[in-house]
Amino acid sequence: MSDLAPPARFSRPGPGGFLGYVAVLLLVLWAMEGAGWSVERLVASPPKLADFFARAWPPSTHNLDRLAWKMVETLQIAVAGAAIGIVLSVPVALLAARGVLVGRGVNWAVRTLLGFIRAVPDLAWALVFFVAVGLGPFAGMLAIVIDTIGYCGRFFADDMENTDPGPAEALGATGARRLDIAACATIPAALPAFVSTSLFGLEKAVRSSTILGLVGAGGIGIELKVGFDLFDYPTALTVILMIAVVVIGVEQIGALLRQKIMGPGR
Amino acid sequence: MALDHAVPRLAATASDLQARGLAKRFGTAAPVFSGLDFSIRQGDCVALVGANGTGKSTLLRCCLGLIAPDAGQVSLLGEDIARIAGPARRALRARTGLVGQKHNLVPRLSVLSNVIHGLLGQSSGPRYWVQGLAPEPARRAALASLEKVGLAHLALRRADQLSGGQSQRVAIARALVGKPRFLVADEPCASLDPQAGEEVMALFMSLVKREGVTVLFTSHNVQHALSYGDRILGLQGGRIAIDAAARDVTPQTMAALYV
Repeated sequence: MSDLAPPARFSRPGPGGFLGYVAVLLLVLWAMEGAGWSVERLVASPPKLADFFARAWPPSTHNLDRLAWKMVETLQIAVAGAAIGIVLSVPVALLAARGVLVGRGVNWAVRTLLGFIRAVPDLAWALVFFVAVGLGPFAGMLAIVIDTIGYCGRFFADDMENTDPGPAEALGATGARRLDIAACATIPAALPAFVSTSLFGLEKAVRSSTILGLVGAGGIGIELKVGFDLFDYPTALTVILMIAVVVIGVEQIGALLRQKIMGPGR
Repeated sequence: MALDHAVPRLAATASDLQARGLAKRFGTAAPVFSGLDFSIRQGDCVALVGANGTGKSTLLRCCLGLIAPDAGQVSLLGEDIARIAGPARRALRARTGLVGQKHNLVPRLSVLSNVIHGLLGQSSGPRYWVQGLAPEPARRAALASLEKVGLAHLALRRADQLSGGQSQRVAIARALVGKPRFLVADEPCASLDPQAGEEVMALFMSLVKREGVTVLFTSHNVQHALSYGDRILGLQGGRIAIDAAARDVTPQTMAALYV
């Protein structure tokens, strides 16, 4: 055994680090204050929650057929919106990825546009398309399309930037055009990551589509709103349970597919 | 077999590659190399040797115009590569090839598709992206190139299911399918075990010599450099320390480069 004294387990933060910790703590306290943090209301909430669950239990089975069809419509909105969004994300990502197809100026402009798309919540996009195409699931689907482009477009671009540059360089040395290099080297190398990102996009679309109905953009969300508005808590609980089952189911299927495509631990 | 869409050839010159006053540095670090002058005659096979960090790979990439030197001039196949761009640069590159230390194949595609990609400098478009869409002459040319490296029977196997030696052979087939006049090989055997490395190097050199391709290759294997190179270029301290015919260079002289 060595006679050397072991080093200190933890290092003391310097003045800058200490000030950083204090600043983060103050920021969180300021945010909680702005969010109306109240210990009294938190302590008083369990009886009210218990009252809600007592009135909601057992979940209603009266309108199961109608709710099931609404859930199918929800999934249709999610699948159609995600599929179209994923396909459109590929060319957008090619323009956003640095060093793949176009110059830095276009990369920056497209990435800024994608940032704007992501910054606007899906419910706000649904309201915009509600104005453009009217009430119903079509507005919801368009909201999912644009939301998926914002998400997949950015991550597809990151996936392409992170591929091994070797094959692209080898093709570049033979005089291949940038589009050929992207199609033959960059996209095939990024394909497993594309599939994984697309599955996350689909899961996100399913979660989003369940609440789009709150603003009249189709799907089961409207049933949730009506349930609460009419104090029909058993129906509201049924809707919540259906959403949970479908979202968890889609996530599980997505995780299985990802593992199959990417391999364990990746 | 020859493709029916032949590449226009530039006028032959005495030297396929001429470098004058080449210098390159990265950031604020000391120059990787500076003031390099050398030329490579048509049909020559030149071994570029030197210790790690002497800039061999950087120099190769400068010679192909893949990275720009900070100073100096490179004339490749009679063209000043800094002065040409767009289609002219692609036409020039269609007559060159690069075999890397890593095989740099596209792992998810078939061996045949990877070799067909070697024709992209001459024939662009979706028909050359995968072998299933490729025109028949391109498929036949790629298969003939695979046959030369002894792997025609693996044409439809996925590239990520090959051994290291097989992958490097496919990379050689891809580099040769477009019938380049100038080929750069950056330590083509570095990722292979000694026996596979020996086989791949022997095959590579026999093919390029048979087809009259001018070659500039790097190697840490002194025997490879002396056996396969007609000429040795040795880099040391950012300068050319050896520029001599291989027969005039001893292993001891080579060893001094690595001190």
